[in-house]
Amino acid sequence: METLRMREALRDAMAEEMRRDESVFVMGEDVGVFEGAFKVTEGLLDEFGERRVRDTPISENTIVGTGVGAAMAGLRPIVELMTVNFSLLALDQIVNHAAAIPYMFNGQARVPMVIRMPGGGGHQLGPTHSHSFEALYLQVPGLLVACPSTPADGKALLKTAIRDDNPVVFIEHESLYGRRGEVPEDEEETLRFGEAAVRREGDAVTIIGILKMAHVAEDAARVLAHEHNVEAEVIDPRTLRPLDLDTILESVRKTNRAVIVEEGWPHGGVGANLATLITEQAFDYLDAPVQRVTGADVHMPYSKRLEQAAIPHEEHVVKAALAALEGSI
Amino acid sequence: MADLPDAATCYELLARMTLIRRFEEEAGRQYQRAKAGGFLHLGIGEEATIVGTASVMRKEDYLIGTYRTHGHAIARGTDPKHVMAELFGRVDGTSGGRGGSMHIFDRENRFMGGYGVVGGNLPIAAGLALASEYRSEDSVTVCMLGDGASNTGNFGETMNLAALWKLPVFFLVENNLYGMGTSVERHSAQTDLSKKAEGYGIPGKRIDGMDVIAVREGVAEGIRLAREESRPTLLEAFTYRYRGHSAADPEVYREREEVEEWRAKDPIETFAKRCIDAGVLGEREAQEVREKAEQAVLGAVEFADASPEPPLDTLYENLYVTDSEGWYAVDERSPEPHRGEREDRMPEAARELAEAGAAYAGQPEEPRPNPATHGDVQEGVPPEVAAEAEGPEADDDRADDDEDRNSEVAAETTEEQEVAEEVED
Repeated sequence: METLRMREALRDAMAEEMRRDESVFVMGEDVGVFEGAFKVTEGLLDEFGERRVRDTPISENTIVGTGVGAAMAGLRPIVELMTVNFSLLALDQIVNHAAAIPYMFNGQARVPMVIRMPGGGGHQLGPTHSHSFEALYLQVPGLLVACPSTPADGKALLKTAIRDDNPVVFIEHESLYGRRGEVPEDEEETLRFGEAAVRREGDAVTIIGILKMAHVAEDAARVLAHEHNVEAEVIDPRTLRPLDLDTILESVRKTNRAVIVEEGWPHGGVGANLATLITEQAFDYLDAPVQRVTGADVHMPYSKRLEQAAIPHEEHVVKAALAALEGSI
Repeated sequence: MADLPDAATCYELLARMTLIRRFEEEAGRQYQRAKAGGFLHLGIGEEATIVGTASVMRKEDYLIGTYRTHGHAIARGTDPKHVMAELFGRVDGTSGGRGGSMHIFDRENRFMGGYGVVGGNLPIAAGLALASEYRSEDSVTVCMLGDGASNTGNFGETMNLAALWKLPVFFLVENNLYGMGTSVERHSAQTDLSKKAEGYGIPGKRIDGMDVIAVREGVAEGIRLAREESRPTLLEAFTYRYRGHSAADPEVYREREEVEEWRAKDPIETFAKRCIDAGVLGEREAQEVREKAEQAVLGAVEFADASPEPPLDTLYENLYVTDSEGWYAVDERSPEPHRGEREDRMPEAARELAEAGAAYAGQPEEPRPNPATHGDVQEGVPPEVAAEAEGPEADDDRADDDEDRNSEVAAETTEEQEVAEEVED
């Protein structure tokens, strides 16, 4: 094991896969000379040169579309979009093309590409730089969606994503790039999509959190244990498509209560979808309505005070868990 | 006027153009008979641009086009019977009935697709060319687009990237004077489309797209520049579609005289006459290509008619590549317990849902009402006859169906210049 920051783990994943497979290359805005807006591609240009680490103009739809064409011809592009927000400019290529092509051409073409995009709030970047669009991409058939919360998962999932023959939307969280964690040094360490991680075991309530909210969920679980004598089980799905519903349902059948934590908007969100699945499939096991903790239903404000008010914190999760447990403790 | 090539080449050019013409006429007829659904965009009148272009490409080159590409696939070598089967939505279609008229694809002949979103194919063309360059291959990409696509953000973005990266790609604008029903003068401030990419570093020329030999010459030079010098260029070919934008087009935006004027320049008739006048081909050969086209197209209809409907258990096939893994396909509609999305087969309940839905497809009626005039059914059967023939259930379904067809959305993307910011965490 080595201790790496998330950005280093992601970079190592790309570098290792590029060494392993000549058809893997990186392109995006300022990924080369500048080494990435968040320094995730640091050192890649030095090692692999301009052919394989390509700075692009600011043309999101065409960057992704160029990746789609290259992938259809057999390359394995890793496209970096500077933030999730800017991915909206590429939505036509992501949804109408990358996701649709394998299906609409009946398997004659594959689109083995990874579209990396960081999102999330907390840095006072305001309304156009702080989105969480997991739910948006989760909705699209044909895409795989990853949302890692730890450096180890980030590295292993990114390697899997690069090797996979499907288009993968790989969502990173800006606040997690500097976070350190233990990462296996084995270069063959990959992680199957569709395998959730149980971060903490418990029997009173199941808390499901993604990206930064996986950590907030763990923090909340500690507060619940210390201050309320409640043992929460914390699950990080790690990928949303495919989703490891088995692990989640198994936990809910044990705890009979569920809280879902995400940073995105509440309407049609990850939590809304998951709450429906849990209600459909484990209704008889539920002792309380499924609780959702989401970002506020507003565009992310700039003011630090307002921004923090719009993002879920451990207090919100604790409160939601206690609401689910009302009457039983 | 450029010289005619040898007799065998002339014969092939005439034969291919005639085949496409006949195919498209028959496609229109089958559409009216409701054998083909959705939107149908015919390339009648544009055969010289299509065939001239494909005829100077190598086998390893990529061709990528728009939503009007039945002819492009046929020009690349796709058997017309598979294109017709795709229009019929059958398993033997180029995309097994998944794509339809707007999404023809033939990997083997490197026809890399028809695309339904105007301008959506442009960046993909750049990517195909990038792959050739990346692997130091000789292949080039020929990207065909309509005049309307020159107004999309993708046009500017892709021209810039192609020129900046010196990609082996060649752009051909099939300028048929109208973006759907809006004339070039009404949709583009710069009406000389050959100039539109110059600011991005891609020089352009204009050619007569009704003259198959002129198209061959222009495209051959563009391909040579792409292949030998990695210099992307653009050609604006003037052409004309004799039919409407789609089968649902009332054609209120152009005068009959204009159509007649262009009919006089018919790419097939003028080329046949020229070959015969020059003594390169005889009347006998001209007749022969017509007969062969007739046989091929009637054979294609027969083939498509006999081809089975796609089985319902293939509804989820090829949504994901599952060579090594079988855990993607899942239908959220299924009330069955999900098992971690590890099923590569549809659960039974999902299959039942699919069957119940497919029952609404019913049997094709003939002739079909014109979708453009849905509501008053000016062409085809009177509404009361249709209602009797279909019964109440099918009638409901048909109403929904036609509503979809009526609501054609102009597939234009708008792009905003996006200024990215450097952010430190």
